[in-house]
Amino acid sequence: MSISTKSRTRSDAALIAGPRPRPGTRAKKRTRLARAGVIIGLLLGAVFAAAPVLWMLSSSFKSNREIFELPPRLITESFSFDAYAAILTNPETVRFFINSYVVAGAVTILTLLVAIQAAYAFSRFEFRGKRVLNVVIVSVQAVPPITLLIPYFGLMVGFGLYNTYAGLILTYMVFTLPYAIIMMTGYLNTLPRELDEAVRMDGAGSFTALWRVLVPIAVPGIVSVGIYTFMIAWNEYLFALTLTRTTDMRTVPIGIQLLMGQHSYEWNQIMAMSILGSIPVLILFLVLQRYFISGLTAGSVKS
Amino acid sequence: MTMRSLTAPDTETLVTGVPAAKKRRHLRRAAESYGFLAPTLILLFVLMIVPIVMVISYSFQDRAIMGSSTDLVGFDNYVAILTDPGFWKATGNTLIFTVTSVAAHLVLGLTFAMLLNSPLISAVPRAIFRAIYVLPWLFTAAVIAVLWRMLLAPNGIINFLLDSNIEWLASPQLALGTVTFINIWAGYPFFMVSLLAGLQGIPQDLNEAARVDGASSVQRFWNVTIPQLRPIIISLLLLDLIWTSQQFALIWMTTGGGPIDVTEVLSTYTYKLAFANYDFAQAATSAVLVLLMSMVLAVFYVRHQKARD
Repeated sequence: MSISTKSRTRSDAALIAGPRPRPGTRAKKRTRLARAGVIIGLLLGAVFAAAPVLWMLSSSFKSNREIFELPPRLITESFSFDAYAAILTNPETVRFFINSYVVAGAVTILTLLVAIQAAYAFSRFEFRGKRVLNVVIVSVQAVPPITLLIPYFGLMVGFGLYNTYAGLILTYMVFTLPYAIIMMTGYLNTLPRELDEAVRMDGAGSFTALWRVLVPIAVPGIVSVGIYTFMIAWNEYLFALTLTRTTDMRTVPIGIQLLMGQHSYEWNQIMAMSILGSIPVLILFLVLQRYFISGLTAGSVKS
Repeated sequence: MTMRSLTAPDTETLVTGVPAAKKRRHLRRAAESYGFLAPTLILLFVLMIVPIVMVISYSFQDRAIMGSSTDLVGFDNYVAILTDPGFWKATGNTLIFTVTSVAAHLVLGLTFAMLLNSPLISAVPRAIFRAIYVLPWLFTAAVIAVLWRMLLAPNGIINFLLDSNIEWLASPQLALGTVTFINIWAGYPFFMVSLLAGLQGIPQDLNEAARVDGASSVQRFWNVTIPQLRPIIISLLLLDLIWTSQQFALIWMTTGGGPIDVTEVLSTYTYKLAFANYDFAQAATSAVLVLLMSMVLAVFYVRHQKARD
């Protein structure tokens, strides 16, 4: 927070650069104090946010004995990638990653296929029940997962989809689809209607107009919706816990829990698995951060 | 939301009679739009409508899922749940956990957003700090749970730094506060990111005018910044109330609702009824009650969004 300096004559340049005090020792001192306050605040916040993550990283390179050694050290002499090697050479833990990639990948592709078409209808067509459907799609996001879990369990067992990829993929669609439709509709609304209208005037069908003309232009929007969808599916825990049973069908979040239950707490391996399990989301987020945040706030804060 | 397209006449012209060709085109457009919506409508029906009808019907049955014969028992299950002290304990915990988390998410998120938006720092440190502050948001609940279990272990680093030997997650007095703290750490970045976008959208001249009028920075905060951010803040609060009251994974993997029922929330209470006691009828009843509570919040959210559009 900046401290006001009550100077009344300010140039435009000063406006952009923020408050600049009148030459005078008191005002200078106040600004310096204010800047020091902001920097101290930022550093305290950074410790709060990043120290636990740093400790997770550091622990994944230690031997298990050193993790609870006193006094704690960030880097120890036995620094090694052994914990990572143990995770990546164990067929059981590798399988968790394969399962997560299969499920999250399939959910992403299917969600995009369905959401792009629905968003096209919302963006370009008038139809009966449009408002109602819009309210339904927004409300669906507020339905508690625990409420759906019990009937889903009954349905999956009844239809033979319990403990299968298909069961999980279908389940995750209900969480990814509403948001994907809202985000995608918002994105299509930013593209000029003339684009697809022109193609339709030439006698092409709406389907062609969408997939041949609109979709190639909408790639940035599609990518950000895809990332969001992938993250939701990659991180989901409750349904993965309940709708799969055998170890070879478990996803990464459940795998982390199973790792905790096994052995006598191999903390370095648990942390290594946590880091490995977070890398896809970290990369996706960092690469497309700016894009993702604007899409996210547009979708969640203004539907 | 949408403009009327050039080809589709409005309903008035339909009523007052239109050329047949135009009418046909209109019908075709309508049919097409439902074609594009078909996969969504089918999925919503199968994954949303059917399960909600099912869970409500379970709640009126005697032995849902497990029993070969199920009798309708009226509101017996509701009476059983609503007279169970465990349900009310879980409701109270959910309320404490949710309200504390959401309030702290707002305060922390706004504080960090204001710091990042300060004109006293330059672009590069701002970008670096923003990346650092977003970190907790990028880890899934399972990872956050095991990380904090390690940090908070009796012989872990936090007890070392405090020179204490506290069982943070196993103490009846501290467990609820501890899981709430972990949830605060995990959830503030969503507020921060959204509020930062909001702060950057506040017109500069508003602040400037207030400054020229001699308003102090505190006055400017309360009279310019907060009113400008109000719609975003209300949206975020409602969304976060909905999400936090439904939190399951974090609590399940840190305390499992224990010790005894100290950190039991509605989602873990319902889960145990179903998958520990195999009493699906009572679990469904609890799940319906949770749905009703969420829908109250959802109504406020939808109405608020409509008012903002």
